[in-house]
Amino acid sequence: MKWLAVLLACVVVGCGGDDGDSSGSSKPRLVVSAASSMTEALDACSPEFGDATVRLSFAGSDELAAQIRQGVKPDVYAAANTKLPDALHAEGLLGKPVGFATNELVLAVPAGSQIASVHDLAAKGVTIAIGDESVPIGSYTRETLGKLPAAEGRAILANVRSNEPDVKGIVGKLTQGAVDAGFVYVTDVNAAGSDLKAIELPPGVEPQVTYAAGVVEGAKHPEQARTYVDELLDGPCADALRDAGFGAAP
Amino acid sequence: MRWFPALLVLALAVALAFLTLPIVAIFVNSSPADLVDSLGDQGARDALWLSLRTTAAALAIIVVVGTPAAYLLATRSFRGKALVVTLVELPLVLPPAVAGVALLAAVGPEGLLGGAVDAAGIQLTLATAGVVVALTFVASPFYVRQAMAAFASVDRTLLDASRTLGASEARGFVRVMIPTAMPGLVAGGALALGRALGEFGATLMFAGSFQGITQTVPLEIYNRLGTDFDGALALSAVLVAVSVAILLAVKLVPRAEVFGGAPR
Repeated sequence: MKWLAVLLACVVVGCGGDDGDSSGSSKPRLVVSAASSMTEALDACSPEFGDATVRLSFAGSDELAAQIRQGVKPDVYAAANTKLPDALHAEGLLGKPVGFATNELVLAVPAGSQIASVHDLAAKGVTIAIGDESVPIGSYTRETLGKLPAAEGRAILANVRSNEPDVKGIVGKLTQGAVDAGFVYVTDVNAAGSDLKAIELPPGVEPQVTYAAGVVEGAKHPEQARTYVDELLDGPCADALRDAGFGAAP
Repeated sequence: MRWFPALLVLALAVALAFLTLPIVAIFVNSSPADLVDSLGDQGARDALWLSLRTTAAALAIIVVVGTPAAYLLATRSFRGKALVVTLVELPLVLPPAVAGVALLAAVGPEGLLGGAVDAAGIQLTLATAGVVVALTFVASPFYVRQAMAAFASVDRTLLDASRTLGASEARGFVRVMIPTAMPGLVAGGALALGRALGEFGATLMFAGSFQGITQTVPLEIYNRLGTDFDGALALSAVLVAVSVAILLAVKLVPRAEVFGGAPR
């Protein structure tokens, strides 16, 4: 009877040192919710974080924000824009966010593509994947297309075949040859290796892409979370972000 | 031994609370007015209409091909049959993401048969046809399994009797086997329908997400999560209602058959 009850309790509330409290390691576990465009960089640097064992959770910035609004409490929220962290801050769910990196929106095409500039996308028959308008990559893309001559912007939007929920989806559609072109961050093209090439956008239409992060209100480990955010600006993670192609904080 | 029944009751209570609470929460969090509002939205209506069409198309393909295939598997024995059955059932346990990758690798533009599909002038990726392919792939084993069981449990003397009366096997299949196995076939169809309606991962990876073309209800729910949680709840409520209807249909149809009279 007793062992059954213990087993049941284990199943329901979890046994063992999930938080590192009862296991051998004394390090707390820091949960970091980050935009999926930072996957490679943060995966590389986070094991070096000294104050805590970092558990990374990657998804579209808006998905992560929705989780926080529904009461999920990671320690750190790092988004691919400033809009979402600012909104969460205004709602009292996030400490004051800081901009820690910049990224560049580019046109990505398969390595052997004939497409040479954003103007080629307006031609009939070109297929394009972009981000859904609910995610940062999608709103940056629409902002950019809005700055092109109206007819050209409309023609390009008419060639869009998929509105993907995050950048990984756009990159996947490109590398699988499902579309001819997509708008992603330059860091995604770098991460995809030689399969893709990045085409810079004409000056004047490039959006300002700033990544911002903050400590979640009610975080279990606010001190370590603060340090983690600071190290996104200066530390191993800042270096890893530079290596991946992110720009320094504005 | 008083503790054992108590434990059984506790286990059931835990299971019941865990399984029903999320469903109840969907309806607690969305007022009927919000629900109707969100469904008036063009994106939601496009998604519902697309889900309806693609699911119906997938189900039609599954039934037309799956019924004779299941009949064969249920009534014949041959070398390697166990392997064939396992292969047919495999998508049942495949994670949807694996299904998406597998479909891309098989019939995607760069896939094994990608060139052939393209040469035939068929567009699957980023097209409604691709959604149907994804749904058919993940949902068909649900039907075929159930149909096999239904055919296998039909009393063979019925079929033999029709043969002695001079009916061909094809006639026996249509006039005896299908009507007799009907409750099982309906149950299998309902399960496949439910699985197809909820398909997410394979659709997104293989077919993409575009309003009115490939953005089915589950994809629309995912898109709304960040910006319109109420809308996501409303669409979820619709899927819950449909699922309940499917489940009821499965539970009620065999009974109707039992009380409704013998097959023709």
